[in-house]
Formats: sequence, structure tokens, C-alpha cells
Amino acid sequence: MGKITGFVDFNREPPERRPVSQRLQDYQEIYGPWPEEAVRDQGARCMNCALPFCHRGCPLGNLIPDWNDLVYKGRWKEALAALHTTNNFPEFTGRICPAPCEASCVLAINEQPVTIEYIEKAISDKGYDEGWTTPNPPSKRTGKKVAVIGSGPSGLAAADQLNRAGHTVTVFERNEYIGGLLTLGIPDFKLDKQVIERRVDLMRAEGIDFQTSTNVGEDFPATDLLDSYDSVCLTGGSTIPRRLGVEGEELDGVHVAMDYLTQQNRVNRGQTSLASDRIDAAGKTVVVLGGGDTGADCLGTAHRQGAEVIYQYELLSEPPKERPTTNPWPYWPLILRTSSAHEEGGIRDYSILTKSFSGSNGKLETLHAVRIEWEREESGRMNMKEIPGTEFDVQVDLVFLALGFLHPQHEGMLEQLGVDLDPRGNVRADDNKMTSVPGVFTAGDMTRGQSLVVWAIAEGREAAHCIDKYLMGSSNLPSVNLRMFA
Amino acid sequence: MVGVFKGKPFGLYRPEYEHAACGVGVVANTKGVSSHDIVERGIEVLVNLAHRGAAGADPETGDGAGILMQMPDSFFRSDAAGLGFDLPALHEYAVGMTFLPRDDAGRTQCENLVEATVASEGQRFLGWRDVPVDPSAIGYVARDCQPTIRQFFVGKGEGITDESAFDRKLYVIRKIIENAVGTADLKEPDEFYICSLSPKVMVYKGLLMAYQVKDFYKDLANPALTSSFALVHSRFSTNTLGSWKLAHPYRYIVHNGEINTVRGNTNWMIAREKSMSSPEFGDDLQKLFPVIPPSQSDTASLDNAYELMLHTGRPLHHVMMSLMPEATGERVQMSQEKRDFYEYHACMMEPWDGPALVAFTDGTRIGAVLDRNGLRPFRYIVTDDDMLVMASETGVVETDPSKVLYRQRIYPGRMFLLDPERGGIVDDETIKHELSAAQPYGEWLKQNMVYLRDLADAGGHHEQMDRSELVDLQQAFGYTQEDLRLLLEPMALNGVEPTGSMGNDVPLAVLSDKPQPLFRYFKQMFAQVSNPPLDGIREELVTSVDVRLGAQQNIFDETPQHARQLKLDGPLLTDEELAKVKALDVDGIKPVTLSTLFRVDTDEGEIERAMEALCADVDEALANGASIIVLSDRGVDALHAPIPSLLATAGIHHHLVRNGTRTKVGLVVESGEPRETPHLAALIGYGANAVNPYLAFQTLGQLVDDDIFPASIDFKTAQKNYIKASYKGLVKVTAKMGISTVHSYHGAQIFEAVGLSQRLVDKYFTWTPSRIGGIDIDVIEDDARKWHGDAFPEADVPANPDLPSGGFYQWRSDGEYHMWNPDTVAKLQYAAQMNDVTSYRAFAELANTYEQRAATIRGLLSFTGGNDPVDITEVEPASEIVKRFATGAISLGSISREAHESLAIAMNRIGARSNSGEGGEDYHRYVPDANGDRRVSTIKQVASGRFGVTTNYLVNATDLQIKMAQGAKPGEGGQLPGHKVDKYIGWVRHSTPGVELISPPPHHDIYSIEDLAQLIHDLKNVNSDARIHVKLVAEVGVGTIAAGVSKAHGDVVLISGDTGGTGASPESSIKYAGLPWELGLAEAQQVLVANDLRGRIVVQTDGQIKTGRDVAIALMLGADEVGIATASLVTQGCIMLRKCHLNTCSVGIATQDPELRQRFAGDPQHLINYFMFVAEDLREIMASLGFRTVAEMIGRADKLTTAEAVSHWKKTRGIDLTPMLAVADVPDTVARHNVTTQDHGLEKALDQQLIQRSQQALARKIPTEFSLPINNSNRTVGAMLSGRIAKQYGEEGLPFDTIQVNFNGSAGQSFAAFLAKGVNFHLEGDSNDYFGKGMSGGRIVVVPPKEAKYVPEENVIIGNVALYGATGGEVFIRGLGGERFGVRNSGALAVIEGIGDHGCEYMTNGRVVVLGDVGRNFAAGMSGGLAYVLDEAGHFESLCNQEMVDLESVVNADDIHELRGLIQKHLKYTGSANAKRVLDDWDQMLPKFVKVYPRDYRRVVDAQKRANQEFATSG
Repeated sequence: MGKITGFVDFNREPPERRPVSQRLQDYQEIYGPWPEEAVRDQGARCMNCALPFCHRGCPLGNLIPDWNDLVYKGRWKEALAALHTTNNFPEFTGRICPAPCEASCVLAINEQPVTIEYIEKAISDKGYDEGWTTPNPPSKRTGKKVAVIGSGPSGLAAADQLNRAGHTVTVFERNEYIGGLLTLGIPDFKLDKQVIERRVDLMRAEGIDFQTSTNVGEDFPATDLLDSYDSVCLTGGSTIPRRLGVEGEELDGVHVAMDYLTQQNRVNRGQTSLASDRIDAAGKTVVVLGGGDTGADCLGTAHRQGAEVIYQYELLSEPPKERPTTNPWPYWPLILRTSSAHEEGGIRDYSILTKSFSGSNGKLETLHAVRIEWEREESGRMNMKEIPGTEFDVQVDLVFLALGFLHPQHEGMLEQLGVDLDPRGNVRADDNKMTSVPGVFTAGDMTRGQSLVVWAIAEGREAAHCIDKYLMGSSNLPSVNLRMFA
Repeated sequence: MVGVFKGKPFGLYRPEYEHAACGVGVVANTKGVSSHDIVERGIEVLVNLAHRGAAGADPETGDGAGILMQMPDSFFRSDAAGLGFDLPALHEYAVGMTFLPRDDAGRTQCENLVEATVASEGQRFLGWRDVPVDPSAIGYVARDCQPTIRQFFVGKGEGITDESAFDRKLYVIRKIIENAVGTADLKEPDEFYICSLSPKVMVYKGLLMAYQVKDFYKDLANPALTSSFALVHSRFSTNTLGSWKLAHPYRYIVHNGEINTVRGNTNWMIAREKSMSSPEFGDDLQKLFPVIPPSQSDTASLDNAYELMLHTGRPLHHVMMSLMPEATGERVQMSQEKRDFYEYHACMMEPWDGPALVAFTDGTRIGAVLDRNGLRPFRYIVTDDDMLVMASETGVVETDPSKVLYRQRIYPGRMFLLDPERGGIVDDETIKHELSAAQPYGEWLKQNMVYLRDLADAGGHHEQMDRSELVDLQQAFGYTQEDLRLLLEPMALNGVEPTGSMGNDVPLAVLSDKPQPLFRYFKQMFAQVSNPPLDGIREELVTSVDVRLGAQQNIFDETPQHARQLKLDGPLLTDEELAKVKALDVDGIKPVTLSTLFRVDTDEGEIERAMEALCADVDEALANGASIIVLSDRGVDALHAPIPSLLATAGIHHHLVRNGTRTKVGLVVESGEPRETPHLAALIGYGANAVNPYLAFQTLGQLVDDDIFPASIDFKTAQKNYIKASYKGLVKVTAKMGISTVHSYHGAQIFEAVGLSQRLVDKYFTWTPSRIGGIDIDVIEDDARKWHGDAFPEADVPANPDLPSGGFYQWRSDGEYHMWNPDTVAKLQYAAQMNDVTSYRAFAELANTYEQRAATIRGLLSFTGGNDPVDITEVEPASEIVKRFATGAISLGSISREAHESLAIAMNRIGARSNSGEGGEDYHRYVPDANGDRRVSTIKQVASGRFGVTTNYLVNATDLQIKMAQGAKPGEGGQLPGHKVDKYIGWVRHSTPGVELISPPPHHDIYSIEDLAQLIHDLKNVNSDARIHVKLVAEVGVGTIAAGVSKAHGDVVLISGDTGGTGASPESSIKYAGLPWELGLAEAQQVLVANDLRGRIVVQTDGQIKTGRDVAIALMLGADEVGIATASLVTQGCIMLRKCHLNTCSVGIATQDPELRQRFAGDPQHLINYFMFVAEDLREIMASLGFRTVAEMIGRADKLTTAEAVSHWKKTRGIDLTPMLAVADVPDTVARHNVTTQDHGLEKALDQQLIQRSQQALARKIPTEFSLPINNSNRTVGAMLSGRIAKQYGEEGLPFDTIQVNFNGSAGQSFAAFLAKGVNFHLEGDSNDYFGKGMSGGRIVVVPPKEAKYVPEENVIIGNVALYGATGGEVFIRGLGGERFGVRNSGALAVIEGIGDHGCEYMTNGRVVVLGDVGRNFAAGMSGGLAYVLDEAGHFESLCNQEMVDLESVVNADDIHELRGLIQKHLKYTGSANAKRVLDDWDQMLPKFVKVYPRDYRRVVDAQKRANQEFATSG
């Protein structure tokens, strides 16, 4: 099956990104269209491995070799069906997943991996374009009612699966939009919000009830859910941001990244905010603290706003450009990643510890930092050491803290329900995704801690399987292996 | 002491899987004149065939030998016999040669029984005679179990009119006695045995060496003892269990070979007993049953069948023609009357199929027949003083060459009859014409046989089901997406079964947590050592898939009604064809359809109840005259689920066998379940005559509708391709057991079950071996209900629209578990590459715990305590332990040079062993590298292809491994596709680059255990320093084969598991053949120890061994050494793409693509790191169990126990591993692991003299010539000398013509094997099989004795299978050769004057000139080299298999020059009159030569020419 020598005949050629000068002018997605022949050739590169590491590397267990081959053969509709058997929202993961599948692609041992993620996106987009992705409500209803709290990717995945199994699902979302971080956290240039809306419309048409601007635990006691629903699934995410805890962090101009990103997303959707609340980088010097994806999102957003200069500082040392021998395939490569935002500019710097902020009149003016070096202890633990004499200051207008999240919000819903927490402050779940409260399940970052969208979907699917089993005694919904690869 | 099992099952040992092979001989006076000389010469034959027999632990105890002769009437009348009573006239009395129990009570009881039975059957009991024997002439083991040997005399009773009636009565008497002894209360009932009871013949036999027969039985030395014939037999059993009665000859036949279908033949005989009737026997008939008693050898069973048929009044040759018919396929040319004869008799009985040479008698006449494949040699001479000498070898009786009238051999499928009343020998054609014309068989067939293809349309045309209905059915029958994608799609597209690579690593069906098709519990059995598998592709002419439906008639009659059956071209029925069958309405053929569904709204146990009801329905249908029963599972719906088709089929089949009604009816299975070849094979093997896989057809329709195929493939084509692929696959399955026809495979149940409970087997799959217990019918029902539930879920649950992924072939996270999965591969690679013990431990943890959860038998075991742990520092160091490790046999060609050498370097660095695989080896690797690394593979494999097996290759090894079978495809050959044969590979393999290479399924020099002994002897001669290995694959009976290997002086026996890797193999073979090594190893250990054959052999095992725990269990089950192949490759970067067969390995391992090979990133050190981890892991286990050395640990199965997990889970609850862990109770003196070496007897070799007399030549290359007499006991002459030359002079050898040896006499087997360059052999006389095997550059000339009066070119002068695997040299033979001349020749030049069937088979290089006739199937599988055949009769074209070759005239100047030059040489060396005739009339003769030109070879040669031309014109 497939093209046996495809991986030799074709090179990796991902779709082209729009020119930087053009894309900085708007918040549109950065990728242009991808011709069908190009997708086919890229699909032909897949080797149809008997041990598809990609399929294991993908938390969802996407049937990657299957749909790569189908695309190569031009059987798009079946490719879409295969894609949907493991992934409720390929249009999301096809855009914003860091693609652990590609990291574990067998071709990546000595070649560029297959463009799995782009092919995924191409298939799911084609499904919408051709009108193949249509509402498909369940033929039977079980009469069981399930409440899903939180409409991020794990909540949506759980809701979608539970609805397929014939349960009556209500999704509660405290924000005014469905989608959680997908909608409010991720910039439009990575994920156009139309993409989310059309999926939510589909789910609504399939019978899922969405209650927005409803904050469970605030608008009504969380325990009410236990009376009104046969089961509850908590998918509220990991929402408490990590802060630096240094002097001057309270100064005006130091922002948590998520406040910045959500504001811009709201603005893009036509909301107006007070000029005084507006975080605008136009013409300013910006420092993004944190070298991860959220940091990159701040970078891209700030560029679009017209920042003068942007620094991105990372505490850890600069990762190697290629896999070191100590970090071999198929493990997740700890290498320097250059996202689309980095392509657009900014100055990245590593091994920098922020010591404090200072300013006047409550307004940020200077970031004080020092360079560090990392030393490995005998136990393998890494220790950081400041390098004397490398202290430096940066004159800065805005600082975004993209340092990750600690755990879900405890006050309100979680406290009212009285679910047990784990030592890190996440909601504890048993092997069946059930919390300490019978009938109450949890999935996604709320229980796993901050993670990838693809993990969130996987979690939601597994929770749905467990809930279905809980409600019906057995479940036809697929179970997902939530054990990390390697 | 030894042979403690005494023929009873013990542990995993089953006596019915004993095998025997042998030397067979016949001496007779062609005019029927009796003399004592005939007896003497018979014994001389026996003694000269001694090397074909064997001895066990006691060198003085043979496996058995004996002689069958005419009634020595005059002897019994002489004083010497000492009878105390009067004898009636000849033929009015009979003698019963009898073994009696040694204990007096038992003996008396048996004697009384004999006397009483004779009397009660109305005959006269005359008296007993003690047979005088000399126990001091035999070995202690034989003596210890020697029965009392007496003869009883029976006088013809009143009312018995003729001789045949007397004979019949004696048959009845013997059967009554045998049955009575079977039920009598005797201490040692097995000691009682009647060797013969006849007025015409006598048998003297016993647990003797050939040379002991005469000394033991004093009668035989008495000159008064005379006979006109002697049939003799010397046995080589794979095992010695101290049994006198297993010695041959049987009552009427001597047999060399193996009846592969004996289980089925026996079943069918039971099945037809109720339909027998005979006016001659009358009520006595009932006393004969069972015609074939249980637990006998194949030969004994054949003897029983022969005996019964003989008593039907048919002449002896008629009987044998119906038991062992010739091949009658369309490609075989034969007269219509003979074809009709066979067709008619096939309505009565299925063939007894297998390699066989049978000599048989009725007391007056002697016949001999060879199986259709001619896999046994039978040579004969007739002298001018009326003597016939026939034997497995030529030269067995000293004969004056001037007295020989002719030297001949029996041809495949042909018969030979010596009828003194007709004045001597009657040839095959005459006999068969007479018999074929005896009845109007053709007329009867025409009037009665119904042919399916002639029947009128009866509807049933294909209509595609609604999609959702189709998916429901697919779910209900357990389909997965892989069934569509990986099985049906390629079958329908290409007409071939899908190919895969690497081994099987999914759990056994009984250990899987997924529902399993019942088929997966059945493992196909296969031929190894004691019988050869067939090549169903290249030797297609002997195969046939046609089947018959309908009732069989009384075997005692021949009537037109016997032919009233429905004949099908093959066992698969399309829907249209099934409709025709169902619509049949003719007298004598009546179809009835019965449902095999069960209701799901029922309590558990419904399948069992439904089966009972079905049995009753079948009985009722039979009572109402049905002769075809269609078992149908049409109509599956929400309420009805199907009974698994195999359960229904086998259950009904055995129900009918038990009731004696099976032959009254044909069984057709109409089922949605079967979809792949193994399903079809199992259904047929368990009784289905025909199968309609309707859902597979519907699924093909779905694939067509989905535009999966190119437009050229519509439904009809897809269906046709699918059926074609299925038949190919089916023939492959039968061929791997050596069975040629589906007709005899039918009901032969050539399977071992793994994981089925005895209760289930006894009830539905009777007589199937199932040795570790397992599931009962409740689990089968669970699975059936689970699948049905997927298709028709309960009310509130929406159905899943998708089929499950499967994951049986390719890993999927929701599919079947694989031991090699991304996690284990990643962990192991990290461990090996980073030398990271933590990662190794994580890997081992995953491998071990998952095994324990799901995958393997060893996973079900745990270690018991008992011994005190020792400190790890006291345990043997890892550096010593790794010397017991080896990598697998992976050929250069299947993997890249880089990968191959990396493995070798790693193993040489740590003193372990790497294995060349079967692809030869670049001799530059024999020299160490500058840095001291050695790239030589210390184990050199000798496989059926013999690629690159030169003398130099053989001497550069510490181990020579004979690959009898491979776990991934036991019983099959292999193919290396042309695209993997690059210049380098072609050079190493002595073949043409770009030309596909075929390894035959069998070794063409191993058709039996004595042949294996011969090859072991050959290899040991070439390289006496090397250990000779025999690689076997686990299956039931492998223990007895291993014992045979030890007796054949193998130094090492490797028991491979079914999970081993492969570069390319049909998926169905990877998944459905062979057994886990745990079972095979444990059985081998049990049998070897019990027979005291263990100490002299090293036992190795392999098959997915990965961790220290695996190694520990292997050792404790009996291995001295282990092989680790797949894991070794994984350390070198293999990521189990399973694309080895496509040449596209992306990590540069299993590919020859230069670009991909550059990606190879393996390193010898990575493999060493891993082996060290395994050894250290093992040391920890050893320490915890208190073993300081590996030797102490070997065979300690008593320290293993069944893990608790076994009883926890419903599916595994019935598993009982106690038989596997049983340890034979033997004295401490009996070794349980390897302690000593084999005695190969090399000091007796004639080569010692050759070497002695060639000292000058060897030392200083001084030309030397000398002469020596030779006889057939001088085997493998020339090999040791050649080995010596290769060791000294390497690839180069000696200069041409350095050593010239002139022999006179009959050369033994393997004459001039591996003959090295510089050595010339000139033989005046004749030679046996395996002539010039592996010849590597020498020259052989064979001419008849000067005194011979016969015409040389009309007489047989050399044996079968000449020049097998020769890589160079020249051969000139004045006379005829046998079957398979030049098989796998890859470089020798040969001229000969006529040859038998299958000439030049699989040839890849060299030249063969035949100045005369060739047999059938010439050039099958020939991909290189050229042959020139002088076709004066003009029929060569019809005898040549033109699948791969073109035939053309010799017109090219180079060709003419070459041909003429070879014939001139032939004339020069042999003085051939034939050569002279041809050369004298060259211009007239040249046009009569046909050039046989392999197309592949032509393509390459043409390309070469074009390239040269381009170069010439551009340059």
C-alpha cells in the first residue's frame, strides 16, 4: 500500500506561510492554501510502518499511517472518517499542536519527518469545504444527563463523545465564548476563531446544550449539578498563572501573558475595551519572560501591535539545534524551535534570571536581570548559578509573564464539590477519571496540569468513555491510553 | 533406564509422532526359484545399508532390522526346525511369527488366547516352536526388552476351500487376537505382537542392527531355509524406545518414507468401516475393525490398509495403485484409460500421500512403487542368472559387472512388478494398462460423475448487500480493518497472498484479550527432516486442488454407482456455484442445507446445545438420503449469531466419523467467517469438502464499489483473483507438510492446537494434539456473543459504525498487543545506544510484564524458590555467559552488508557467535581487519538454496548450521527478489545480479532422517573442527526429531520458536505455522534425556528472546545456548517497519539500496552493551535461584512453576503447563545438558587414505595420481581432502589437475562432495545419490565398468540429486542420471546422457548438456545458467517447465562453440559412443539441440550486452 519509495522520492515540503510583511498587518492565519497534489506527495512520504511510532507519539493515537495513505490514494473522504475516529477536532490539532507525532515519526530518525500535522489540517479543512463534515446526531438517546464544566478542548471532546453515545449533554462555560483557551488564549493568526465556531455549531446541531457566561460555583452552587445530572465532568483547565515573585512585579506594565492574549482576542472579535485597560505594545519595548509557546504567542501579538523592540528571555540554557545523542529519537526532542512568531522578529536570549523590576510612579521602567549557568549535580538534578558580573538592566515598557500555570482555581466550584486534590493542587482522579466524589469526573489540565491541546482532547475522550461506562455498565466509546510515550 | 517412556505419552512427548526412515532392499529370483542364497544376499543388502540405520545411546542396539521372505516350507519340514508335530502340505498351514510377553503368566495367557482363537475360528492349532535366538549377539538395551519369540502353526480347517479363504481366515484370527490382547489384563501388553501369520510369507525382525539379524536368528543361517525373494529393511527411527514390534518389515510391505496424511487416512478408514460389506468375509468383517488400530506408525497403518484391500480380491498392484496413485494433474501426460482408472478410484479412497518407496508382496509376486514426487531412490539391477537386486542404493550386493543385464531405477509414480508366473519383470505401462482396461472405468465415470462446471445456471448471482447490513455481518464475524486492507485487498488485486516480514510478536490466541477467530488456535504442522516439504509452485504438476462431493460406496466392490459423485475444480464455491450445488437433483446426489446459527436470547451453553441439535439434524438428513450437507450460517440478525464455522465443521465431521457415516456425505460450508487461506485450510483439514465464503465475496464487492482497485478489476475479476490466491495459499499449506493434493489433505487435520482444552478437542477436534489445555466452549461462545453484540448492540447503545483496527499485523494502540511496540523498541534502543542500564531495566520490565500479562507461554511461568540464593559475585561472569549467545541466521541479501558485518564484529569481540544466514559470505571477511576486528560469521548456514556454500565457506566456520526450517515459514522455501540481488550479493551467492533467487522448500539432499545423517557426515568431513547444527522449528514431535538428530551425530540442535523473524514470508505462514519454542524445547529436552541422547548434543533455542528472564527460562527448559536475533537488529536501529521484503528499509538494515544503506547507524558496541545487560540480568536471576553456573541451571524445569496469573483469567484458567515442566525420571548418570561430543567416525573415512597419498600434492602442489577400490559404504569421498585444501589454499585451491584419483566400484552417497579445484576423480563403476554435492571446482568423470555388456547410455549410472548446490567444476557422465540432476547448480559444467524428472531445477548458473532424454518438469525455477538438451525424439518441449525459461535453437556462435567444446571434452574423458556419434554428424545433430535459456538471465545478459555496446560506441 501507499507509495513504497515515497520517502525517497519526495522531500518534506510543508505549505508555505504568508510573507512576514503581509501577515504582520493582520491577525489572519499565517498559512496560505496547500495544493492537493502537494498534500498527496507529502502523504506518499509516509512509510506505513508496522510499528507506527507517530501513532504512539500522538496522545490521541491518531491513525496517521492510515490517513496518510488514503490521502496519497486520493481517498479523502475515508481519510476524514479515519481521522475522526480518534480525534474530535482535527481542525484544532492540525493548527496548533506541537506535533509529538512528527517528533516520533520513523522518518525523523535520519530525515525530515512526514508533514503529519499539515496533512491533518488539510484533511479536516477539506471535510468542511466539501460539506462532508455535517451534523450527525445520535440515532438513540439514553435518557442520561451529563454536565460538562468548562468548554476548552477537553470539555468539548468529552461533550462530543458523550453526545455520540446518546447522552444528553450540557456544557457550562464561565466566559462569554465557547472554547476556553482555544478561543481566548490562542492568537487568531494560529487558530482562526471561525474554525472553533463552525465546530461548536456542529455540536450544537447534534444536540449539545451550551451555557455560556455561567460560572458554576458562583452563579449557582456546584452541588446543584449533582442533583440535576446523572454525571458531571470537570474540565475547567489549569488557570492560576505562575508568577515570578520578585520585587516590582506589581508595577504597571508587568502583565500575565494570558491577560494580554485574551484581551487581543476579544478585541479581534469586536469587543472594545477601555483605553486604560488596553495593553498595547505599539511603539514600545517589550520583554517576554518565558520561552514557550505562550511566550511566542505574546511575541507574535506584540509584533502585530507594532512593538518597537521585543526581547524574549528564557531561564533555561539555549537548546541545541539538533538532537544530541543523549536525547535520541523517538523521545521528545529538546531542541531549539523556531515558531512562526520567531520568524517575524524579536530577540531571544537564554540563561537569564530576572531579579527584579523597577520603575517610577508605579510604572515599570527597568528589568534587572543576571546571566546564569546550569550545572548538573551527581544525582542528575540541574542547578543554576548566577554568573558574577553579568548583571544587566533593560529599559522596558511592557513585560509579559509567560511562565505557565500552577493549578486550577480552587475557590468556588472545586471547594464546593469537595473533590480531593493532588499535591500539585490539581484535581485527583482515579484510573477511571472519577474524582473523589462519586459520579463526578474530571479531564484535561484541571487534573493533568497544564499541557497540550492534544492531551486535553485525549483526556476528554477518556473521561467520556469512563462516564459512559459508569452510566451504562459498558461503553462502545473508545478508550484512550493516557500514558505518555517513553 | 533409557527409553523410559516405553512408547507411552510423557510430558509433551507423544508416541504417534515417532518417525522412521531407512534402507530398503529386495533380492529375488526373477523366475521364482527358491534358494538359501537369496536369503543370504538379502542379509548382505541389509548389512551394506547399515549406514542408513541408526543406533541410540547403546551403540549395539539398532532401531530395528528384519527380513520378509517366502514361507520356508522345506526348512520347517527338516529336522533342523525340530517341530514336534506333522505339517500339512504347503499353503495348507500357516506360521505365526510371534513376540510374546517375557513374564510367564502373560506369555501363557497370550498363548492360550492364540490357541483358543484358532480353534474358535474353526482352524487347527498345530503347536508352538521356540525360535532359536542368540541374545549375546545384540545390544543390552535390545536384550533388556527382548520378548519371548515363538512361532505357532495353524492347519487349514474344515470347510475352507481355497488358499485365499484360508488367508482371509488367518487375517480374521490375527485381528481377533490383537483386539483381545488390547483389552486383556496383561502386565506388558505391548510385548505381544504377531509379526506375520500367513501360509505364504514369514517375517524375522527385531530391535537389531542390520549385521545382527543373522546372528540373532539362528534359523537364517540354516541352508535349508530358502526363499525366492527377500524383502529387507533397516530402520532409522528418530527415537529409540526399545520397541521390537516397531521394526520392519511389516506383514506385506517394506517402506522407506513417511505417510504425511496418515491421520486423515486412518480417520477415513474408520469412517468407511460401517459401509463395508463382503460376501467373502460375511459376518467376519466386524471382527476386522478397527482395520487400522490406533497409535501405530504410518507404515504399519499403510500395511493394514494394503492388507485389507488385498483381501478384497484385488491383485497387489491394483491395491497399490489405488492407495498411492500417480499425479494426474492436467500438466501430466497420461493415457485416458489410466486417468479414468485413477479418477474412478479416487471416488473410493483418498491418496496415501507422502514420500515413499514401498516394496510389497502377496507371497508370490513382488511389487515396488515410488511416490509421485520420486523423493526416495530405488535402484535395481538384473543379472543374466535371473537375479534382481533392488535397494535404496546401488552396490549393495557384490555383483560381477559382466553379468549385469541392466541397471535401472524406479521413476516417480511408477510401479514395478516381478511376477515369476509371467516369467519375470512386468513394466509399469503393461501393468497399468491391464488394470485400467479391466473395467469400463471411463464409461462408468461418463455415466455417473457430475461435473460442477457442466451444471446449468441456478441463480445465486452476486448482489451487493446494503452497506450497513454488510458492516453488521462483518462485525458479527469478527472482521477487522486489516482483513480488508491487508488481506482481501492484495488478494483481489494481485491474486497472491500478502507477504510480510519480521516475526510474529502478538500473543497466542489463548493469551489475547481480544476475541479470537477459532482458527487462530490451530497451528499448521509442517514437514521437517523425516519428510520433505514440497514446492507447490515449481513442482505444481504433482499438486491438485480438485475435490469431490457425495457418498462413497463399499470398498469391496467396483460398480458404476461408485462414480456417482459431484466433482469440483477446487474447494472454493462462488455464490453461483453454491446455488448449483444446492439445486442439484439427480439420482444418488441429494443436497440438504442446515443452519449453523444459534439464538442469542439464551443462557450460556447455547452453542453446545445448538451443536447437539445440529448433529441430530444431520443424522436425520442422512437417514432421508442426503449425500451433500450444506452447513450454512446465512441469516445472522439481531437474534441469531453464527456458531464458529470451524467448530461446526469439525464437530459434524467427527460426529459422522464416530457414527461411521462420514463417507455417506459431502460437507459444504457456507459461511461468512472464513476469509483467508488458513481459514480455508483448517476447514478442509477438519472435514469440509467445499467452502463458500460469502461474506468475503461481499467484502470484495464493497472494495470494488469503493474504487479501491483500478478500473480493470471489477467484482468478477476481484473474486477470481481472490480464489486464485486462496488456492495458491492452500497448496502452500498442504505442500509444507509434503502433501500434494487437497483430496488427501481433506480431513487429515494436520494441525496442533494451542490453548484448547482436552474436553473441547475430544468432542469436536478428535485426535488433534493439544498439549497445554486451554479454553473450553464457553470462551468460544463468549467471543461469538461479543462480536454479535458489536454488530447488534443492546437497545440503548448506538452501534459503532467502524470495524476494529485489528492490529494483528501492524501495531495499533487499540489493537492486538505486540511485544515489539514503540515503547519497548524505544527503551531498548536507548539502553543499547547509551549503554544505559536503567533503560534496559525499563525495557526488560515492559517485555517481561507484558509477556506475563499477555503474550507468551514463558510469561505464564514463574521461578520457584527452594535453593538458597547465592551472592552474585559467586555467579559465572557475564563475559562467559555471553559465549552461549548467538545472533540469528540473517542472510547478507536480506540485510545490508553494513548491518551484517556489524553483527559479526560484535559477536567476535565477545566470543559469541554470529550467523551468516543462507547467503554465502565474502571471503575477504575471513581475514581480520587492521584493528583486530573480525567480520567473519562463525556460524555458517547451509540452507536449501546452498547459495555460496563453497568448500572455503565451510572451512571458515566454527559452526555449520543446517537449516531444516525457519520459524516464520517452516516447510517453505524462500525467494530473494531480483532487486535485492545487486552485484555484490550476486557475486557472494554465485548467481547473476538482478536475477531472483529461489530457495527450495526442502533440502534436496534431505528427504529423511538418514539423509540428514548423511549431510551431517558430509559437513563434518569438510570441516571436522566445526560443530554441525541442525535447526528445527517447534511442533509436536520435534522432540523425537531432535533425538534423531542426536543419533545422526548432530553436534547442536536448535529448536526455533514460531515467532522468529524473516526477510519475506507469506503473512499466513508467519501467523499460523509452528509452535512457541517453550513447547518444542521442553519436548526435546524430555525426549533427549529419557533416551540418554542429551549429553552428546548441545541444545539451542531462539524466538523473540529479549531479556535475562527469557534466557533463564530457556536454560531451565533445557537449552545450553540461546539465539537473540530480532532484538539484536533493534539495537542496530531496526524499528520494525516490516518492509524487509520491499528493499525500502529506511534505516539501512534490510535493504541493498546504496542510498538507504548509507543511513545505517548501527554500531557493534550497541549490541555488545545489550548482550551484557542480558547476561547481567540473567546473573541476578541465577543468584536469586542459587545457581552459580549456567550448566547447573540447564534442564531445571522443576524450578519453574505456573504463575498465579494463569488461574485468574477465564481464558487461561484451563491452561496446564505441567506436561511442559515434567522432568524424565532417569538415573543421575544420564546427562541433562551437554557434557561430551559426538563420535563422527571420521577415522574410518576413505579420505584418510586420499589425504595420506596426496601429501606431496598438498604440501608442494606436486601432481599426484593413484587408484583405489570403492564401495557404497565409502561415503562422502573427497570432502575431507577438499576441506584440507581449502583450509590451506583458501578460495584459490590447488592448480588444475594436481590430484588425480581413479576409483573402481560403486561409490557411496555424496561421492565427490565439495570437491575442490585441482582434484580430479575418475570413477569406473557407478555412484549413488548426492553425487558432486556442493562441488567447488574439481572434476568428476564416471564411466561404466569395462566389462559391462549393457549400452551405457541406456543404464543408470549415478543416483538422484547430483550437483546440488555446486559452485564450480566439471562433470562428465557416461550413462543416465536420476531425478533432479543439477538442482540448484550455481556454476558447475556437466555433460550427461539422460536424466530423470526435475532436471536443472532452481539452477542459477553453470552449464548442463544432456545428450539424451530428460524427465518431466525440466528447468522448473531455473533462473540462470544454460542447458542444452539433445532432443532427438522431439518431445522435449512437453517435458520442460517453461514458466521461467525460453527454448530456442543453438545458433549463436558462442553457444555452438561452447556446446561443442563440452561434448568434445565428454568424449575425451569418457570415451562416450554417444558423444562420438553426435560429433561425427555435427551438422545434422546441432539443429536437434534445444537451448534452455532462463528469461531472467537473458534480460540481464542482454542488458549487459547493451551496456557493452554503448560503451564501445561511445568510447
